[in-house]
Formats: sequence, C-alpha cells, structure tokens
Amino acid sequence: MAYPTDRKYTKEHEWILANGNTATIGITNYAQESLGDIVFVELPKVGAELTAGKTFGTVESVKAVSDLFAPVSGTVTEINADLATSPENVNKDAHAAWMIRISLKDPKQLDSLLSSSDYEKFVAEEGGH
Amino acid sequence: MTDRIRKATRHVNQNEGLIFEKSSAGKAAWKVPPLDVPEVDSASLLGGIERKDLGNMPEVSEIEIIRHFTRLSTWNYAIDLGMYPLGSCTMKYNPRVNEAVARVEGIANGHPYQPEKISQGALQIIKTLSQCLIEITGMDAITLQPAAGAHGEMTGLLMVRAYHHSQGRPRKKVLIPDSAHGTNPATAAMVDYAVENLKSDSRGMVDISALAAQMNEDVAALMLTNPNTLGVFEQDIHKIADILHAKGGLLYMDGANMNALVGKVRPGDFGVDLMHLNLHKTFSTPHGGGGPGSGPVAVKTILEPFLPKPVLINKPDGTLGFEYNRPQSVGRVRAFYGNFGMFVRALAYIQANGPDGLRQTTEDAVLNANYIRKGLEGTYELPYATPTMHEVVFSDKLQAKKGVRTMDIAKRLIDYGFHPYTTAFPLIVPGAMMIEPTESESIEELDFFVEAMKSIADEVEENPQTVLDAPHSTRVSRLDETAAARKPVLRWKPVV
Repeated sequence: MAYPTDRKYTKEHEWILANGNTATIGITNYAQESLGDIVFVELPKVGAELTAGKTFGTVESVKAVSDLFAPVSGTVTEINADLATSPENVNKDAHAAWMIRISLKDPKQLDSLLSSSDYEKFVAEEGGH
Repeated sequence: MTDRIRKATRHVNQNEGLIFEKSSAGKAAWKVPPLDVPEVDSASLLGGIERKDLGNMPEVSEIEIIRHFTRLSTWNYAIDLGMYPLGSCTMKYNPRVNEAVARVEGIANGHPYQPEKISQGALQIIKTLSQCLIEITGMDAITLQPAAGAHGEMTGLLMVRAYHHSQGRPRKKVLIPDSAHGTNPATAAMVDYAVENLKSDSRGMVDISALAAQMNEDVAALMLTNPNTLGVFEQDIHKIADILHAKGGLLYMDGANMNALVGKVRPGDFGVDLMHLNLHKTFSTPHGGGGPGSGPVAVKTILEPFLPKPVLINKPDGTLGFEYNRPQSVGRVRAFYGNFGMFVRALAYIQANGPDGLRQTTEDAVLNANYIRKGLEGTYELPYATPTMHEVVFSDKLQAKKGVRTMDIAKRLIDYGFHPYTTAFPLIVPGAMMIEPTESESIEELDFFVEAMKSIADEVEENPQTVLDAPHSTRVSRLDETAAARKPVLRWKPVV
C-alpha cells in the first residue's frame, strides 16, 4: 500500500492533510484494515477543542471500539456527516473518507508527525503481517 | 480431509421456523374439563377493562411445542457437549450438585418479600457465601448485589468515587492497562472518569516506569486484571500497589481471571483495595444463556461504609437481618439482594470442593492451559514468552502469510466439534487467539483440541480455502456480522 505523500501520519494511525491554517483528519488504510468492517463512527461537535495526543472520537468495528487521537491541537470546523449513515466509506477508501476538518492552533505541530515513508516503515514493523 | 475430524460427525438437524409461524387458529395444547360450577359472566364484572384480544399468541399442539424447542436445542453448542475454550470467559462445567441444592424446596420457593424471621436460612446462605468469598480474596467486606461482572465494576467505581469524595478530594482519572478487559474503560467512562491508557512492557505486564510517570493525585484508581488478558500474572503487583497508594489512589482488581488464583494467592494480600468476582466464571454458576450472572464486589475496610445497601448484619437478638441505615452507602444497585439463585450454586460449589478441592481446580486450570501451550507452540506463534497461567494467547502470524486469520481458524474449529476460542482479543496482540480450557477438561479432550488445531494449521498450508470457507458442517456458515451491526433488525414482524 502506498500512502499518499500529500499528508502527515501518526503512530496512532490517523492521517492529517494540511491546507494553510486548516487541516482534514481521517484514519489510515492500515487502521481500517486492522479494525475490520466499521459499523459506527463517533465524531466531536463543530466547535470542539482538540488537544494533540488526546482522543476526539471513537470508531467501532465488528471486532472492537477504538479511540481516535488528535494529531495536533485545533478547533473542529466541520465533520463528515455522511459517516453517520455510511461508516463503510472508511473501509472503501480510508484516505478519502475524511472525518473532521479543524482550524490549526499551531501549524508547527505538524512538523513532528510522520511522513508517508516513515509511516509505511512504522506499519511494516508494528504489524508484522 | 474429513478423516482428520475425529471428535465431530455430521448430525442431521431439522429446520425450524418461529413458533408464531406454526400457529393455526383453534389449535391448542390444553383441554379443560366441563364446567362443574356456576358460570360467571366476566364482562359484567370487569366491564370495559375485560380483555378479549390476546394479541398474536401462537396456537400449537403439545408435540409441536416440544419439537419446536427440542429442535432449537440441537442447534446449540454447550459446555455439556464439549470444550468451550473462550479465553477470559472461564466456561467451566456447571456441577449437577449445584442444581440439586438450588432445587431444595425451602430454597427454591423462598421469596424476597418473606419476613426476615422466616428467611433465616436464605440469609445464612448469603452470610456463609460472603464469608467464603472474603476468605478466598483476602478482603474485609463484600456486597453480593451486582448482577454480573461489568455491574460489579460499576458498583466498585461508584464506591471509589464516594471514597475520594469523602476524603474531600474528588479525582478525575482512572488508569487502565492496554491488556485490560474491554469492560474496564467502559465502566470508568460510565462513572464519569476520564480513562488513561497504560502501556504494557515486553513481558506483557504493566510497565512500572510508565505507571510511576502517569500516577498523580488526579488518579482515582487503577483497574487491573490479574492475571491479565495475556494469561500473565502481574509479577510487580506489590510495586504497582505501592505506587498507587503513595499518591492516594486505589487499586481495583478485575477478578474475572480469578480461576488462576483461588487457593493459591489472595488479592487482599497483594495490595488490592477492591475487586469483583464473577460467580458465573470462577464459581461454576451457569455462564451465557444458562442463567443470570453474579458479580460480588469485595473491599478493604476503608471502603466498607460505601457498600451498597442494605447490608446483612447480625442483629442483637442473634438473628440475621438487613441494615438500611447506611448514610455513606452508594445506594442500592440491584432489586432485592442480588441473584440469589447463583449464591446457592456458588456456595454449593465451594463447599463441595472444600479448600483443597478449590486449590486443586486452580492447579488443574493452569496445568490444562500450559498443556495446550506446549502442544501448540511452534504450530502457532506465541507472542509473549512469559509463563502462562489459566489461559494462553497465540497469534495468527504464521497462518496470516497464507491469508488465513484468527477468525477463519476459529470458524474451522467448529467443524472439528469445538466452540471457537476468543478471537482478536486482547487488542495488543494482532490476530489474537485466546484459549482458556479451564480445569474441567480431561487430557483426552485436550488432545482432541490440540490435534484439531494442528490439523487446521496443516490445512492452512495445503488448502487454505477450506479454512477460509469454514464452517462447512453448520446450519448456516458465515453470517453477515457487519450488516447485523450496521442495520440491525430488532423486532419480528408477521408476514402479511
């Protein structure tokens, strides 16, 4: 799997695509694959404050419920409401099925995240299969 | 291929619809004798509240009723048919002596509204079981009210909250290791604590330095399962307790895996402040569809004032009774006094075994898990080398190379005559296969199991499709679990 180079990644398997002072966040293909069929995505409300490294929602699959971790700090400006009725979109194309848009508190926080090649390496080590 | 399956053969089972669908108007399984007393006009007595329409009740004959339920029962797998190796569930045999005792007339016909003075026998059962469980856990006091394990956890955390509140220092967080039972974080969230995850180290135990770094005066408690879900005993348990206590936190133990400890070590002796037990796991009362659960919570003296009320006491006149005047209690958590029928069965189990017998069951449970570990090591990957207690966790790493995952192997196990093990849990092991045989299994049954698992591993190499398409011998094969979760149909509706 080639991970898009236009964005950054976390060790908790989120991706974040920045555009100036705003950014879009979702989970990676590796995450959706490990979770299995996703049945429910719980997202924060517009206006919610996110803190880097803290949870902002949950994603529930047939196997387990997992937390979503904020890659950076910011304020939620938009959520992908389609996921409430079609959570399977995350399984179909995790890198297109975004979850939230935020306005960034400190764009410099992006620098500490993983590049696509670093993330690919990390996943290869972690999963092993 | 099928000659490898020694334990199971195909058994014809019959299709069966819903009992409502068998109904035909006027059919009945009863017949009343002719009236030999004056007839009463119910409508004149009841007027408008007389109910004439009984709704949609099935009208079927006696043999149709019997066949209906007998056919359904043949679709089931049960502990009475074979091994049920669901990890962390302790699906042990439910001894028949438990049932014999539960059916003794005075016990079976007792009612919670009976006056205390004619309920002394039932109260004595509650008291004796409480004493036994306090002795086994090394704690100081207990409540038997909670209806099952997760309910026990919630009761425990309500007591933790009440305790910190009484100290004038309400706290915000509960620490939970990543190897914990999934109910632990759910419980903490229900009781309105923030959950903080605690990483495991390479041994599969709590990382002591991470704990020390994360512990502070905002932490109300650590919820620890011991042995944890890897089947590993937390060897640093004393240090863990000390780190918690130094900052005023409490150590909660999830006692779901107590089947590895009974008669050998006592949580009260290694620093646990409160814990729940699952009578439907460790103490052999029915688990699953067979009966309600029971999740007593045992505590140290500092938490006793917060126990749910009423609390069983010895009254001045020498009789037993309930005390309701408990100003610091978290209140009642269950109707009446808990699932009394399970208390009777658990006490029968404890007393039938006695202290040495209980110790023996613990030793046999650990022996059986290690027998399976030894038998399957090399065939399946063992992610943690730490010694195994009552359950062993393998992973599907070797089989995943052929595209076969833990769920596929579990489904294939059904064809071999076994209930599947626990799949994909604990979450810290990718592709986990969690196996708990319990003490109930003979060496012959364990050999069948090891042989079945090895045979499936061979099939993965030779013909993975057989495993990927399993089960082949059941009424239905793979159900669409995703559709069931995404678009559940919760109500039967008649076909019009």
